Amino acid sequence: MTETSEPLVSAPVSPGRAKLLRFLIRDAGVLLALVLITVFFSATAPYFATPDNALKIFVQIAINTVLAAGMTFVILTGGIDLSVGSVLALCTVVGATVMIDEDLSPAAAITLSLLACMATGAVCGFLNGWISTRWKIPSFIVTLGMLNMAAGAARVVSDNSTITGLPQSFVDFGNLIIGGFLPSIFLVAVLVIAAGWFVLRFTVFGRMIFAVGTNDEAVRLSGHNPDFYKVAAFTISGLTAGIAAMVYLLRLNIGSPIAGVGYELNAIAAVIIGGTSLSGGKGSIIGTLVGACILQVLSTGLQLLGVGDNFKPIVIGLVIVLAVILDAYRERLLRRIR
Amino acid sequence: MDAILSLEGVGKIFPGVVALSDVSLSIARGETHIVLGENGAGKSTLIKLLAGIYQPDSGTIAFNGAAYQPKTPHDAQQSGIRIVHQELNLLPYLSIAENLMLENLPRRAFGIVDRKALNSRAVTLLKEVGLDVDPRTRVEALGVAQMQLVEIAKALSYDSKLLVLDEPTATLTPPEITRLFAIIKRLKAKGVTIIYISHRLHEVFEIGERVTVLRNGRLVATRDLHGLTVPDLVRMMIGRDIADEYSFDDTIVPGKVALSVANLKRNAAAPAISFDVRHGEILGVAGLVGSGRTEAMRALFGADAKLDGVIEIDGKPVAIAAPKDAVRHGLSLLTEDRKGQGLLLDLAVDKNITITDLSKVSRNGLLNRRAEAAAANGLVGQLRVKASSIEQAVRNLSGGNQQKVVLAKWLFRGTSTLILDEPTRGVDIGARREIYQLLWMLAVQQKGIIMVSSDLPELMGMCHRIIVFSKNRIVGEVPRAEFDQERILLLAYQEYVRP
Repeated sequence: MTETSEPLVSAPVSPGRAKLLRFLIRDAGVLLALVLITVFFSATAPYFATPDNALKIFVQIAINTVLAAGMTFVILTGGIDLSVGSVLALCTVVGATVMIDEDLSPAAAITLSLLACMATGAVCGFLNGWISTRWKIPSFIVTLGMLNMAAGAARVVSDNSTITGLPQSFVDFGNLIIGGFLPSIFLVAVLVIAAGWFVLRFTVFGRMIFAVGTNDEAVRLSGHNPDFYKVAAFTISGLTAGIAAMVYLLRLNIGSPIAGVGYELNAIAAVIIGGTSLSGGKGSIIGTLVGACILQVLSTGLQLLGVGDNFKPIVIGLVIVLAVILDAYRERLLRRIR
Repeated sequence: MDAILSLEGVGKIFPGVVALSDVSLSIARGETHIVLGENGAGKSTLIKLLAGIYQPDSGTIAFNGAAYQPKTPHDAQQSGIRIVHQELNLLPYLSIAENLMLENLPRRAFGIVDRKALNSRAVTLLKEVGLDVDPRTRVEALGVAQMQLVEIAKALSYDSKLLVLDEPTATLTPPEITRLFAIIKRLKAKGVTIIYISHRLHEVFEIGERVTVLRNGRLVATRDLHGLTVPDLVRMMIGRDIADEYSFDDTIVPGKVALSVANLKRNAAAPAISFDVRHGEILGVAGLVGSGRTEAMRALFGADAKLDGVIEIDGKPVAIAAPKDAVRHGLSLLTEDRKGQGLLLDLAVDKNITITDLSKVSRNGLLNRRAEAAAANGLVGQLRVKASSIEQAVRNLSGGNQQKVVLAKWLFRGTSTLILDEPTRGVDIGARREIYQLLWMLAVQQKGIIMVSSDLPELMGMCHRIIVFSKNRIVGEVPRAEFDQERILLLAYQEYVRP
């Protein structure tokens, strides 16, 4: 008998109401938290509730949002990708090297650079996925290895130096604020999130990502190859690391082998705060966007409140842990509704 | 009679299943009491109640003259009841001695383990079970039989008044069994009461005095073993009238061979297996749990690796290296572990159903949720799945409805041969009948059906033919005209009976 932990069938909630409740608990909870935090800082922190500050926050979350979008795919399948920070570093130096090639026109250089960034990231991600599924090694270990390898490769490619001198048109685009309120790099981040949302919600591929994360053995016995979807998720994460590298170049205008240190942890934190379960199968990419916002709003708000750089990480750390505890409660609530 | 343990009207219910119902039983102090029953008869539930893993939903248990209500396994041990479970619970990376005395390691000052005392005490215990190995050996280095003996030695290391042995001989060789029986007799001489559960009907006469037989969670009888025979026990274990529960439809005439398996070998040590199933035929697969039925089906389906064998579908040989090959060739597998391998528990009913072939509800990789809902609603209606909506997570459905969802997902895909491993386990009687009806309907549609079940009356009620597994080989095939419970059960036990 393995029936011990089975909950009794719950009183049926009408489908429409269940849907609404599900939305409120799963997605709106994080959104509500973001609103509350924003209101709190607007009321207490000087300069927080200004258009300038809002713009700054949008600019600052762009890189993390792009990384976290890909990370959401990996975590939904039940994996983890620790390599995205140093893969980003590698991509920035590869991208910058291509872009400063004087034999190319600026337009060609930028296009080639973008392709090179995405290809480099995707290859790293593919290797992560392929190695961990082929030899059944936990992705934690494989991507930890990739973290080191990519960081080393970044130094080799750049000869351990910062690459500068990007085309002026590229730099200008990075500084562009569309309509006076939408920074170009934030637009990039929003587009990446939108693409991820579309894929996860409306495509067969997205469905399979959730299914694999829920029970990969059942998926296998239903006649699929779960490893394909796991490798694809890692490849997507690498690809978004490449796109994030492009955003990094737009924002900071340098290719740096020491870029991205610790970025993977911020990305993971955004995904988890956004309500995606580390055990896979549950979560949403909209939540990830909100999670990234919460992290940055907290960071900026605390700074403006005069909380020192030493205390800030303590508060942010507490919030991450709190988010996971709340997630456990949320799961219980959701189970009762479904 | 001086009873050390007595159960009064004990019952235990799980969602959708009555595991034990109104069981009253008393065990005499110092006796060796045998408990028998088919798979699912309620033996494990009974043990788990004694072990403090489950609590009874009704009835009372008294032990040693006082009410016995263990909340945890620790409570049970404190009261003097010790259980050697069928699945071993040793820690592989610790030494034998450490495993033996894990719950009460001898200590010196500052909580440092007294290795000397530990090992010397371990030597004594191991000698008692006749295991001649260095107690410092790590458990992982032992064979299964040796581990079994370590488990028994561990039970001896406490002052147990009642020892429960759950199929202790399942993995032992004849000389080891002889030694185990000597130990049991010695313990008995020391006044320890023993409850002994076994599938090996011949051996119980050697050590037991009385026997209790369970069937479908109910007590059949408690008798003196003296004067009983193996066929008597078998009759007590099955004795159910099957005529009214199944209505075999003999208008269904099997056609050509749908699936044939020849010389399927899982590994070098496993015997080769051959069988076939026809279109419109329900082939029963009988055998004890662990007799290799499930393993054979999984290997056939590509779920586990196989070494050798030819699989033909409609006369054409096919290569099946992974489940996706099997599915592509029209095979379907309903696994015995519904929750672990069959369902996406946290996903909704519709998503579980369409997972077998999303191409049917999508175009260019984009899901058509409306088509998906229509397909899912159709199957939910056809199979009468009781769910609040197709958006309900399957985790919250009852066992029978979950099983219907698994069937629905294969019907959605469309199948030519369906392999069902314990399709009615944990399924209530109502849903069970509906599943039977569905299988008949599939047979009429000329699907091939392979039905693995531990419920013999069920197989006899449903099948055209039954093949019997015993210790990884197919030991017999019985056509419907010759169905006989005793004969099939004796075949199932055949390879396990000691020479």
